[in-house]
Amino acid sequence: MDGIHDVGGMHGFGPIDRDDPALESWEATVIAINNASMRAGLMNIDEFRHGIERMAPAHYLSSPYFEHWLDGITRVLIEKGHVDADGLQQRVELFQEEPDTRFEAVADAPTFEGRARFRYERDATAPARFAVGDAVRMRTANVRGHTRLPRYARGKPAVIHTVHGVHVFPDTNAHGLGEQPTWLYSVRFDAVDLWSDDVESDGQSIYLDAWEPYLLPRDSVTNEEEEENARG
Amino acid sequence: MGKDHPNVEDYVISRVRALESILIEKGLLSEDAVDAVVQRYEEDTGPLLGARAVARAWLDPAYRIRLIEDAPAAIAELGGTAEELRVMPNEDGVHNMVVCTLCSCYPWSVMGLPPKWYKEVAYRSRAVVAPGAVLAEFGLTLPESTEIRVWDSSAELRYMVLPQRPGGSEGMDEEALAALVTRDSMIGVAQPTVPARVV
Repeated sequence: MDGIHDVGGMHGFGPIDRDDPALESWEATVIAINNASMRAGLMNIDEFRHGIERMAPAHYLSSPYFEHWLDGITRVLIEKGHVDADGLQQRVELFQEEPDTRFEAVADAPTFEGRARFRYERDATAPARFAVGDAVRMRTANVRGHTRLPRYARGKPAVIHTVHGVHVFPDTNAHGLGEQPTWLYSVRFDAVDLWSDDVESDGQSIYLDAWEPYLLPRDSVTNEEEEENARG
Repeated sequence: MGKDHPNVEDYVISRVRALESILIEKGLLSEDAVDAVVQRYEEDTGPLLGARAVARAWLDPAYRIRLIEDAPAAIAELGGTAEELRVMPNEDGVHNMVVCTLCSCYPWSVMGLPPKWYKEVAYRSRAVVAPGAVLAEFGLTLPESTEIRVWDSSAELRYMVLPQRPGGSEGMDEEALAALVTRDSMIGVAQPTVPARVV
């Protein structure tokens, strides 16, 4: 989706603030909540990201990073029926009144065993459409739901740099449509093709990991494919 | 740590506690898990594993090749786990840097917690369009002829930069070399620390 999260190439955010404070306790709690939700299968990584992307843009830009996580996780767990929205709101109000309230597990809780680790590579069931060195063009579709094709890359010419293997497809996995594993590539852009030659792009290149449905052959874009692009 | 939360409203804290309490009741989370997160990412790690891999690659050309060709296996040799890692070597004339423009993908398994700026929009927006200016802001000025390669981490692969070994580090052992390998040098926004005696 064309959300506020897709910031690559945008202007106006100013210099980089390199202040790097220590992790606060509420932030550690959010990390633990994320680990627990993923490990228990309440949400997957793509649902989580799409949950964040749907934050109100002004809120996204004005809130600290781990509040993005909190907002995204909460949205997904409510949508998927794992958490009741009214019950959660009542609990929030309780903690506003009585911050030191404690709750006990109704069953033995698991202990922390590192981050939830998942593998996203799958066995190939079809040959890769592209090979290293192939000239491609990125699709222009502005996908309404979750996608990992950033705005700055759409419609741009690129070259296949690496064929990574077959990976879970975020555009479906974020929407309950299954993993639909597909070939994943690294593609290389000349910076001048992305940003024109009036910026500091000489001698720079940008590499993006892109799933096969994001790519078209550079010189053989058919009318059908163009129409498909136009429809999104 | 404790209960300090100066940068966020009390209401957000209550939202965190509310969701935490629900997962605790479901038996999916324990308060120990929160303490373990703090310990893992604030006390135990930092970018140590990545720094050790870089130091070993500087000392052992065969390890360097393995790290570049199969980073997960090379990290496993150090006793770690990093199943989705790709390592990009800096060379004369080629400088790599890593960003995630869409969110904040970062190789936590070898580099610990990402710095705050890595997750914020100023870095994420500019790293792809003005990497030279971003590097200059970090105090790193490269020769004009240097090719800058920016890796935008958009998939479930994580990128780490293998910086070049600094001059003046001859004769140093792996532990001493690892101490030169800063987190920022593995993101690609800085060079490793130059040993004090040659500064």
